[in-house]
Amino acid sequence: MRKTLANIGHESAGWILPAVILVVWELASRAGLIATNVLPAPSAVAEAFWRLLKSGELLENIWVSTARALSGFVVGGAIGFALGLANGLSALSRGLTDTTLQMIRNIPHLALIPLVILWFGIDEEAKLFLVALGVFFPIYVNTLLGIQTVDPQLVEMGRIYGMSRTQLFLRVILPGALPAIFVGLRYALGIMWLTLIVAETISASSGLGYMAMQAREFLLIDVVVLSILIYALLGKLADSLARLLERLSLQWHPAFQRA
Amino acid sequence: MTAATITARRAFKSVPLERAPRRPQTPVAFSFRNVGKKFGDKTVLEGIDLEVREGQFLAVIGKSGCGKSTLLRLLAGLDRPTSGQLAHDAGKTDHSRTRIMFQEPRLLPWARVVDNVAVGLTGIAKGRQARDRSLEILREVGLADRAGEWPSVLSGGQKQRVALARALVGQPLILALDEPLGALDALTRIEMQQLLERIWLSQKFTAVLVTHDVAEAVALADRVVVIDEGRIVLDLDIPLPRPRRHGTSELARLEGLILDRLFNGEAR
Repeated sequence: MRKTLANIGHESAGWILPAVILVVWELASRAGLIATNVLPAPSAVAEAFWRLLKSGELLENIWVSTARALSGFVVGGAIGFALGLANGLSALSRGLTDTTLQMIRNIPHLALIPLVILWFGIDEEAKLFLVALGVFFPIYVNTLLGIQTVDPQLVEMGRIYGMSRTQLFLRVILPGALPAIFVGLRYALGIMWLTLIVAETISASSGLGYMAMQAREFLLIDVVVLSILIYALLGKLADSLARLLERLSLQWHPAFQRA
Repeated sequence: MTAATITARRAFKSVPLERAPRRPQTPVAFSFRNVGKKFGDKTVLEGIDLEVREGQFLAVIGKSGCGKSTLLRLLAGLDRPTSGQLAHDAGKTDHSRTRIMFQEPRLLPWARVVDNVAVGLTGIAKGRQARDRSLEILREVGLADRAGEWPSVLSGGQKQRVALARALVGQPLILALDEPLGALDALTRIEMQQLLERIWLSQKFTAVLVTHDVAEAVALADRVVVIDEGRIVLDLDIPLPRPRRHGTSELARLEGLILDRLFNGEAR
């Protein structure tokens, strides 16, 4: 019993600092130390949150942004994973494509925004393309790395025991590559939100970034701050989900075993 | 317990314990005929002639880099000889019933102990049957209660016992052991040697143990082969009764004989 309490205490410790910051911020705003046109009080942000939630605008925009982020992630992640597997398993495939991919990797994908706007306008395809491109590389690089660093002694062992190519892949190579793939996944989730924010801020007619830009036009600073906070929460949520998935599938790893 | 298994073995083979190991009617498990192996320009093995009968415990000794591990890899079908012939089971070239155990346990860290053992049944048994057989062999190596654990929580000796169980669960005809006890501490080693001997006596496979530990070789083997610079320089029967006790004068005499041969080889 005491142990579970201690656990809860341990897990919630990370939230103490944000809570303290919120309280200090609120008090400073009320005392007039922070001008409201620079930074609104947390209570004002909460009011904005309530107002937009009731009008349905907030949920609509969160949904639009999340759908964009996830579809871009699925497309870019799937291609990155597939190419990572192909290049990790086949020297021929690696020889043909890796150099090209490494060259493209060195272009910051956000530098393509002008070109992407010319190609796709400011429609959904533009955001999907940018997110997919941003997510592609961390997944590709880490999947490839994961497969290349699987212990060759284990692969030899699998061969000696007569595993077929499929069995070898499913029982030795893929589980061995999984820790690196998860690193790529978490990194890609960060890039996913970053790309989406930039893309929505520059060109959009809906979504969280659009909501923030509209609010800026009308000097609704509480809505701007609210959008930023929601981005932070969504990012944290995505990362927590990835960590949970990681913990479930890497139970065997000493780093994820409880003492 | 050990005495009982020895009696059983004696009845089965109908040979006295102090037997001369190479009796003509025992079938040949495998034979090397003038086998050579080169890696590029480097000759690792040359003119190896070796005939091992079923159920024999052969130890192969040599200094590092003498080619003893290569001999084992040829036997297990991991490499092919550059010259000469290697025959299994009177002509069959089937390596599937040869298992090799390495110095490292090579367990899959993401599979539980029992599933690691079941890897030894790939293509032999599946599902429930594989699990039952794996649990049974785990009991034999004394790890039945650890079946559901991850390998990372086991000690070095326990991991090597899991690797032994995995090698044995498919009931191999030949078990090739590449210094499997080399990384263990002295006490765990002796324990593992006794375990190995007990299981060998009850399962009657042909064992080929590569080692650099002369005491280990004379304690376990029916026959010791010494390799130096890619050639067999000594082939010695160890006709001593089992279980053998470490430190007897007869073992020490044989040990001295082998060590002399090993270091004479260096002087040349």
